[in-house]
Amino acid sequence: MIELQNITKVYKLGTQDLQALRGVSFKIEDGEFVAIMGPSGSGKSTLMHILGALDTPTSGTYLLDGKDVSTLSEDDLAGIRQDKIGFVFQAFNLLPRATVLRNVMLPLVYDSVSRQDREKRARESLLAAGLDEEHFLHLSNQLSGGQIQRVAIARALVNNPALILADEPTGNLDTVTGEIVLGTFQKLNREKGRTIIIITHEHDVAEHADRIIYIRDGQITSDTPTHNKK
Amino acid sequence: MKLYDILEETYFALSANKGRSALTILGIVIGISSVIAMLAIGQGAQSSINSSVQAIGSNLIIIMPGAQRGPGMFVSGGRGTAKSLTLDDASAIAAEVSNVKAIAPEVSGRYQVTAKGQNTNTQIIGTVPAYTGVRNVTIDSGSFITDQNNQSSAKVAVIGPTVRDDLFGTGADPVGQMIKINKMEFKIVGMTKTKGGSGMGSQDDMIFIPISTAQKYLSGNEYVSTISVTAASSETSKTVQADVTQLLLSRHHISDPTLADFSTLNQADIAATASNIAQIFTILLGSVAGISLVVGGIGIMNMMLTNVTERTREIGLRKAIGAKRGDISSQFLSEAVALTFAGGIIGVALGWSVSYGINYFGLIQTSVSLFSILLAFGVAAAIGIVFGYYPAYRAARLNPIEALRFE
Ligand SMILES: Nc1ncnc2c1ncn2[C@@H]1O[C@H](COP(=O)(O)OP(=O)(O)OP(=O)(O)O)[C@@H](O)[C@H]1O
Ligand SMILES: [Mg+2]
Repeated sequence: MIELQNITKVYKLGTQDLQALRGVSFKIEDGEFVAIMGPSGSGKSTLMHILGALDTPTSGTYLLDGKDVSTLSEDDLAGIRQDKIGFVFQAFNLLPRATVLRNVMLPLVYDSVSRQDREKRARESLLAAGLDEEHFLHLSNQLSGGQIQRVAIARALVNNPALILADEPTGNLDTVTGEIVLGTFQKLNREKGRTIIIITHEHDVAEHADRIIYIRDGQITSDTPTHNKK
Repeated sequence: MKLYDILEETYFALSANKGRSALTILGIVIGISSVIAMLAIGQGAQSSINSSVQAIGSNLIIIMPGAQRGPGMFVSGGRGTAKSLTLDDASAIAAEVSNVKAIAPEVSGRYQVTAKGQNTNTQIIGTVPAYTGVRNVTIDSGSFITDQNNQSSAKVAVIGPTVRDDLFGTGADPVGQMIKINKMEFKIVGMTKTKGGSGMGSQDDMIFIPISTAQKYLSGNEYVSTISVTAASSETSKTVQADVTQLLLSRHHISDPTLADFSTLNQADIAATASNIAQIFTILLGSVAGISLVVGGIGIMNMMLTNVTERTREIGLRKAIGAKRGDISSQFLSEAVALTFAGGIIGVALGWSVSYGINYFGLIQTSVSLFSILLAFGVAAAIGIVFGYYPAYRAARLNPIEALRFE
């Protein structure tokens, strides 16, 4: 379970302070599928990074499964990212000059998973993310935007995280491929009970979730269940 | 993260940038191989100097005419030209100084030598039979100068192998042939065995004749240019040197030892000075090579720092998917250590081959010691760790989000 209490994030830009988040509070239960929407620069990615234990808030409390994440050490945060969280970045961040398979196996390397298991799990999650097997040994700079996106999703799934965070996962995809990716998330959510949070600009995409949180200027403006869920 | 995985990541990272890795390794290779080769040359020079000092005879004391050489005063007393020592001095030493095993006076000078149209300019040494024992000369064929030759001032000569090569060709048997020294006919009665060494003063490039003949026909006076004395043992050589000095001072009627008209040299002193020089030489070569090793190490640090900066986003990504600080720092450290070890192994091999090559082509006798290999390798490993640590530490401390945003 996720619980945010009055989270703020301030970036120091020279002498000026930039308030990226100004007191965000909400709860997300295990097994929920939530979409976060809002204009560009409203603080969505900043919020996601805090949820993903990649960054710590300037003030406020973040309880992940009852544990206060905002006070943990850097290595403990790394441990949480490894065990509980799968993150799909807005700018996918694949390792250049490495094959698709190696990219997806990378989180397992740090988790000391055996070599045979690594490859098996990487293949499974690549297939789950909808990437054809013929691309598995391609280098990440030999892929199309949509393929890169699916590799990034596969990498987020490979450590079987309870919480999957995706920053605009369908931004680069056509409607059909976008549907496949969203279908993957829905399946993980329904069949495996994974908690999923995605950021999107599109209502069509957001309507795949159970709940939509709107954010503007670092504050939540609305938080409602999806009306006509897809 | 398992060791095997660290090594695999290291391999991927280094092979992704082959050119740069190779150049960095090259820096270490040059450093290590020059340390090994330089130390091998230095130590080789040291032992060859020692053995050539041994080769001139053992427990040897050399007495030369001319002023005493004070410490720090490298004034040649005009060896061979000053006239103060005579055969009588030599006989007196033999008769009066105890613990003298053998004594060999000599008259030396360079003269033109011809045989069958071939000619050479070489060292002619007039001496006595005892010379062979005193100066470690052995006869290859024929015989050395005899006492009888000396009594009759016979025109006989014993030549060194280099002289034989110059005058009669390699492998020829010169015994019984005639040569002309300073336009006088001499009959060759023997040839000495080769002793090695080259250049001026090689003991192979000499002709020996009876001392009486040399005084009578070549120098034209009664003086000698050197008296070589062998002490009975290495313990007595100092006392023999002192006794000889004392005796000659009184024979020459000199009361102040600083005004002596001759000088004595103890072989032990020559050996000590020579090996001192060789040691300084070794240290000098070694430190020049050591500097290049440090430069190689800085090359590694430079490459690793560039690497960390270039791969900031990659570091951010690795941390984002669960890499701990230790994982990141061990990866970068392992890259640095891998580079130094690769450089170290190639460097040891190269240094060894260079030393072997120098040996093979006879430039100088080299000897690669285990010490120099361990030293070079140890320094390389230390460099890898020390110079690799800082970039690794920097990489590990990066915040994942900051690192991912890095352009
Ligand atoms: N590391 C940072 N340093 C300084 N300012 C930052 C940093 N990260 C984000 N910001 C600022 O914080 C604000 C929120 O940024 P954020 O990336 O969260 O927006 P976003 O909602 O994800 O926008 P988009 O939809 O364009 O991705 C922006 O004004 C941005 O400039
Ligand atoms: Mg964003």
